[in-house]
Amino acid sequence: MSILKFTTEHEWLRINADGSATIGITEYAQEQLGDIVYVELPEINRHVEARNNLVVIESVKAVGEVKLSVGGTIAEINPRLNDEPELVNQAPQTDGWLVRLVLDDPGVIEAMLDETAYRAFVASL
Amino acid sequence: MMTRPTLTELESRGDFIRRHIGPTDQQISAMLHALGLNSLEQLAERAIPATIVSQQPLALTETVSERAIVAHLQRMRERNKVLVSMIGMGYHGTLMPEVIKRNVLENPGWYTAYTPYQAEISQGRLEALLNFQQMIIDLTGMEVANASMLDEATAAAEAMAMARRLVPRAAARFLVDHDCHPQTIAVVRTRARYFGIEIVIGDPVGLLTAGDYFGTLVQYPGSSGALRDYADFSVDVHARGMLLIVAADPLSLVLLKPPGEFDADIVVGSTQRFGVPMGYGGPHAAYFATRERFVRAMPGRVIGVSRDRDGRPALRMALQTREQHIRREKATSNICTAQVLLAVIAGFYAVYHGPKGLALIAGRTHRLLQILAAGLRRLRYDVVTGAYFDTLTVRVPTRARHYAARAREAGINLRVVDADRLGIAFDETINRAAVRSLWRVFARDVDGELDFNALDGAVEECIPAALRRTSPILTHPVFELYHSETEMMRYMRRLARRDIALDRAMIPLGSCTMKLNAAVELQALSYREFSDLHPFVPLDQAQGYQQMFEELTSMLCDLTGFAAFSLQPNAGSQGEYAGLLVIRKYQAVGGQATRDVCLIPASAHGTNPASAAMAGLQVVIVACDAEGNVDLADLQVKAAAHASRLCALMITYPSTHGVFEPSIRTVCDIVHAHGGQVYLDGANFNALVGICRPAEIGADVMHVNLHKTFAIPHGGGGPGMGPIGVLAHLAPYLPDHPVVDGVNPAADPDGTIGAIAAAPWGSASILSISWAYIAMMGAFGLRRATLVAILTANYIAHRLAPYYPVLYTGKGGMVAHECIIDLRALKAASGVTVDDVAKRLIDYGFHAPTISFPVADTLMIEPTESENQRELDRFCTAMIAIHAEIVAIARGDADRIDNPLKNAPHTQRMLIDERWVRPYSKVEAFFPMDILHDDKYWPPVARIDNVYGDKHLICSCPPVEAYAD
Repeated sequence: MSILKFTTEHEWLRINADGSATIGITEYAQEQLGDIVYVELPEINRHVEARNNLVVIESVKAVGEVKLSVGGTIAEINPRLNDEPELVNQAPQTDGWLVRLVLDDPGVIEAMLDETAYRAFVASL
Repeated sequence: MMTRPTLTELESRGDFIRRHIGPTDQQISAMLHALGLNSLEQLAERAIPATIVSQQPLALTETVSERAIVAHLQRMRERNKVLVSMIGMGYHGTLMPEVIKRNVLENPGWYTAYTPYQAEISQGRLEALLNFQQMIIDLTGMEVANASMLDEATAAAEAMAMARRLVPRAAARFLVDHDCHPQTIAVVRTRARYFGIEIVIGDPVGLLTAGDYFGTLVQYPGSSGALRDYADFSVDVHARGMLLIVAADPLSLVLLKPPGEFDADIVVGSTQRFGVPMGYGGPHAAYFATRERFVRAMPGRVIGVSRDRDGRPALRMALQTREQHIRREKATSNICTAQVLLAVIAGFYAVYHGPKGLALIAGRTHRLLQILAAGLRRLRYDVVTGAYFDTLTVRVPTRARHYAARAREAGINLRVVDADRLGIAFDETINRAAVRSLWRVFARDVDGELDFNALDGAVEECIPAALRRTSPILTHPVFELYHSETEMMRYMRRLARRDIALDRAMIPLGSCTMKLNAAVELQALSYREFSDLHPFVPLDQAQGYQQMFEELTSMLCDLTGFAAFSLQPNAGSQGEYAGLLVIRKYQAVGGQATRDVCLIPASAHGTNPASAAMAGLQVVIVACDAEGNVDLADLQVKAAAHASRLCALMITYPSTHGVFEPSIRTVCDIVHAHGGQVYLDGANFNALVGICRPAEIGADVMHVNLHKTFAIPHGGGGPGMGPIGVLAHLAPYLPDHPVVDGVNPAADPDGTIGAIAAAPWGSASILSISWAYIAMMGAFGLRRATLVAILTANYIAHRLAPYYPVLYTGKGGMVAHECIIDLRALKAASGVTVDDVAKRLIDYGFHAPTISFPVADTLMIEPTESENQRELDRFCTAMIAIHAEIVAIARGDADRIDNPLKNAPHTQRMLIDERWVRPYSKVEAFFPMDILHDDKYWPPVARIDNVYGDKHLICSCPPVEAYAD
């Protein structure tokens, strides 16, 4: 079973069998953004530093920036989002995934929230 | 017994004051009474903290009547001399079609409207702006265009910044054609500085291989008039991974191969000569066009085609997420204000003339210049420009000033390039007589020698075949349908009546100050002696303007307490940017160039952080407390933590929360104690005029939004004006100008911040509006206007408070000149959003207040002093009726989905639909207030689908079939 982790910025990370991480935003985040109209994805093979914009998600009224506390190299982007950005609204944790990247330091995920802790965090908001 | 009035009373010199201030004396008393107050003075004591009240009375003791102001203007106008302008450099003579002048420029339905955020009640000007975008797309050969920029130089600077965003990894060096207009080069230089961009100026073709650049800017045709073929250059530029920016004159593109056809990435320019007078510098609409794939990086507003809930085409502003009110310091640009009114006029000019009319104008201009050149060559003058459109350069060794002086005697201004060269630029106003006059400047006897028809037959086309335009322009039917004046008049009226402007109802937008724009204040705009002056004419031809600038500057200094003003910034955002640059320059001169932190309260308007980012500053947010005031403890901590790097604090006063913060002096003191300067955003100055001078409470710099506080109309989203005032220590660094000397009389010999706008005194012609307003109101009227603005806001707060909680109040439970009402509890109970309320207000005939700023799910209401109590009551009645509708939903008496709020606005199509199946009546839907039977506004479209529009971006005119049923 793959490992699923969350951040307090409402991103999720799934650690794949090859050690790479698939990233997306949570149900809570997509609800806050509202109808998503555009997803700006990075170039494949690009290295993104920690705390730099990985993905920018635009809704009609807001912009969400996906950043991680760890750097990584982009291995894959979700190609469907170019034409169907609404997938992030409809299925944020499955078809609406954003990017897959090879983390510089996979160890940092240990400090991230697990699902139970994330649910508790959202409930406290 | 009746007392006999004195003659002075009968003369009623201050009569304008009661025309400008909406409420009558009786209404003022009634509103005061409702608030438990006896007088405006008591209101002042209750609402305004004593610590901010100025102890020095205003010097503006006189009030001038409407009649006297016209006489004053008449004298100023006589001191301006109108010559035929052949200076060029981006400003040209033009003929505004009278039908457009009368129906748009002089029609409050167009000039008093606000930025079209409420799209359903703005379809008229949105269509006019879409025409403008289509015109630009056609002329430039590009894929997308925005709805206008402040001026050509600003557009070029924005293009450079955009190119840098798109090519971030190349060298931070930008190549600029030396044949760009000098003011464009100057503004680009100013902008480049804090972006860390090195500017290289010279012959772009020669310099391309000499270094690495991320982009290049060329002028096409050049400022000298020279026309170059950039096809090969473009290939080389792109091969090096750079972007190509072209500044192009739109009239020339009627005849020339458009930049899109030689693969330009961004094209900018000014549409001034499309019917908008030079106005001694502005206002004019610049344009900005690019490739479709770059659209999200494009600055400024874009009009897009979406659909309404019934699936019909509907227009709205697209891609707003790029703008500063959402993205703050990460926005594509800090600019809020566009030049809507001027873009509308330029678009109508193209609609009126159509492709054939524009071809005639461009063809005539070009032919006359070729004939002039042929004549000059026959007179043995050295015309150095070989290929040109409307401008050429003549070499007259050491004699340039001599001939320019002779030309002035003949009533013509030429461009003196240097001691040896003259520039001559033609436009649509030039005729045979003007050409003949010019020949006579160069040779005493030309009549026998030069014959127009013979020369006309003999001239050979100087535009090389490769640069001639072959593609059609303006092929959309809108550019063919309205060429008769009757049709044109009706088209403009049809569009105007789709919009809600101040000629229909109050526009209670918070922080926007939608006050009266009195007819007499606008008079100067229609005078030739104000409208037909080129911004670079010798100063002795513009003495009327210079007098007005001096008088306006001293008025603004008196009102604000500052030592000097710069009239150059064309918008509040440009003022912010200029003001921060002035602070940075002052600190740099003092050896403190490393100060690069800007503190901004969390409640600030998004433009503040966007401007700070452009000035190379790092934004640090200061928290606000529960009352909405700056959290002094947090400010203290942050100012101390960044003390060595603290550049400035940007603060709005009264706050964006509509409250007079009593601690403002302490806030300023803390910043000063840590070595920073205080930038005061003047968006809310209407609450202070005549009562508080910002310079006395601790501000070092401030911009004044003349289009808010001082009666310049909003124009449907521009023009604006944002002059900045500074204390004496900052005056040496205020903007100057590369072409006109003495723009900053206090300029530091080692340099100022440079130019931040194309024209020396910004949009000079509209300064006359603020000048007239201040002169007619005088100290008494201005102070009274401020107090009445505070009164009307408090009256509305008082009337609505039982229904909608007022979010923030200051001293004594009072608000300043605006109030924020909170809909969060109602939303939680009913599912009704602030958007629903805004759209429902349309059914009641009103433009909505400001939505969700500065707090989400609230409405911010600013009634201004110009609205009388009847209108305020009408608005309150509507808001209270809407409250009852929301309560019915919350109680379960009305459906949560199918109700008058969710379905608003209700269109005429819905009314005539025979299958009316709503659970509420047609009367409730369409005529919820009795008064609507007298004057009902019908929205032309139903609720617009923003999501659809942003997903399917269309920024050009849709085919006509799209409008068919």
